[in-house]
Amino acid sequence: MSLLQLSNVTKTFGGLTAVDDVSCEVQAGAIVGLIGPNGAGKTTVFNLITGNYRPDQGKIVFDGTFIQNLPPHRIVSLGIARTFQTIRLFHKLAALENVLAGCHCRMKSGALAAMFRPRSQKIEERTALTIALQELAFVGLQDKAEQPAENLSYGNQRLLEIARALATKPRLIILDEPAGGMNEPETAALINTIFSIRDRGITILLIEHDMSLVMHACDHIVVLEYGKKIAEGDAKNIQQDPRVIEAYLGTDED
Amino acid sequence: MIRMWKTKRHFLYALWAVLLLASPAVLNPYWVDVLNLVGLYAILALSLNIILGHAGLFHMGHAAFYAVGAYTTAILNKQFGIPVLWLMPLSGLTAGLTALVVARPIIHLRGDYLLIVTIGFVEIIRIALINNVFGITGGANGIFGIDRPMIFGYKIRKPQEFFYLIWAFAALTVFFFHRLEQSRFGRALNFLREDDVAAEGSGIHTAHYKLIAFVIGAFWAGMVGTVYAAKMTIIAPESFNFWESVIMFMIVLLGGRGSIPGTILGAFLVIGLPEIFREFASARMLVFGAVMVIMMIFRTEGILPALPRSYPIGRLPDTGSDR
Repeated sequence: MSLLQLSNVTKTFGGLTAVDDVSCEVQAGAIVGLIGPNGAGKTTVFNLITGNYRPDQGKIVFDGTFIQNLPPHRIVSLGIARTFQTIRLFHKLAALENVLAGCHCRMKSGALAAMFRPRSQKIEERTALTIALQELAFVGLQDKAEQPAENLSYGNQRLLEIARALATKPRLIILDEPAGGMNEPETAALINTIFSIRDRGITILLIEHDMSLVMHACDHIVVLEYGKKIAEGDAKNIQQDPRVIEAYLGTDED
Repeated sequence: MIRMWKTKRHFLYALWAVLLLASPAVLNPYWVDVLNLVGLYAILALSLNIILGHAGLFHMGHAAFYAVGAYTTAILNKQFGIPVLWLMPLSGLTAGLTALVVARPIIHLRGDYLLIVTIGFVEIIRIALINNVFGITGGANGIFGIDRPMIFGYKIRKPQEFFYLIWAFAALTVFFFHRLEQSRFGRALNFLREDDVAAEGSGIHTAHYKLIAFVIGAFWAGMVGTVYAAKMTIIAPESFNFWESVIMFMIVLLGGRGSIPGTILGAFLVIGLPEIFREFASARMLVFGAVMVIMMIFRTEGILPALPRSYPIGRLPDTGSDR
């Protein structure tokens, strides 16, 4: 069953067609990789899915709902969470609070409940706190709960973003270069984390330049170049696809 | 160590509260009235702190909401003889409603742009009041003869009596705003202040929260307007000019954005100190200017910066870190 479906999605910025008539599907339970050379439009595709941009043309369907015109926070509450290519944490706030930001959309208490603190509000706060701590532990940051996010190492900041995304209880998680800036052992640990996210029944869509991660982890790979989809398939097929080799290495002039 | 510091801090707050409550017994009416003014500005600044400190919205038109509350009270009290304290929630409501209408179209503006628009807004309100819109605001002379507040049939008129009314209101404000801070709502405001895009991407309806921050801040400023009108018994447009907004803005920045103790301290410094150094009144602006410059360079977070929230992590049942 396809959880997410993009059909003929196009996005232009002025004269530049960043995403050109792209169609693809993400099957529920899969780990899907989106790759391509720099400037191929991968992050734009992510921003279109998460509602940060609106497509000029085309439709995006998530689990039977058209989402191409919804604002980002609505898309998150429908079950799509994301991380950012350039880390966007709340730097001054504690790691725990960063994860609590993810819990927000599954909570209800508003300003009045905050002022008068009915029982339901207290229970909700305690539940959120428990979930946030669980997600921190899931990515292995349980000891850093009270540290400001900016004090964490680069790799840990990436993990914290994943924890925040997981706290929204997503069905699809979108990771934009999760291994960016990580060293080899961190990347290896990240692959395991990605597998355990999948084992929780969460579908994963990721952009990554680290080919060992992509080829090792992804069930399905989509390749973009100049905003167009040039190939898709499993790791083996993609590695042998002449168009992909051409896109990455260039052609022989002769 | 942290715990010791925390109890020490709470002890200082308690000591300060006791000294404040006892002060009318030793101070003459003039100085009690200065403390009343400090109290009013403390509440106003606390309400601005929700918008400016917590949500990080550069709002320099807070005096407009204060004015709407004061005029609501004055007009309804004069026209229909409704007791002023009953008008407190209603004045809050009209101010909140004004905020809803005004802030809705400008809520997406960033930083300096929002600042300019809110300055324009406070001027529009002041000029509308001077021009006697709908013939009910009394023009440049304002409205006089507003009733004193009555509590259980007792009329409040002396500075000492107002002192306890105002600081009781301030205490309630601190109680509610502290709870607001320590909640999903307060956190959401901090998230959108830190990073708008990340907050939205984490599922927070940022525009909605900015708007609610405005409404709550305006509601409270409107209620302060009631107290002000009842205390002065006369209000005029010049009491709500742009400079008032600047003072509130300054109190929050100086004291510490997002910090309740800081904001209250800021009110004491900005409102109280000029009274102590009256003989240097002409140099007041010079000193303010210099202090703000020094602050912005050396202590950008304010004198008493906001402390991180604490969570009862240890007191929760084991969350099972083996997963």
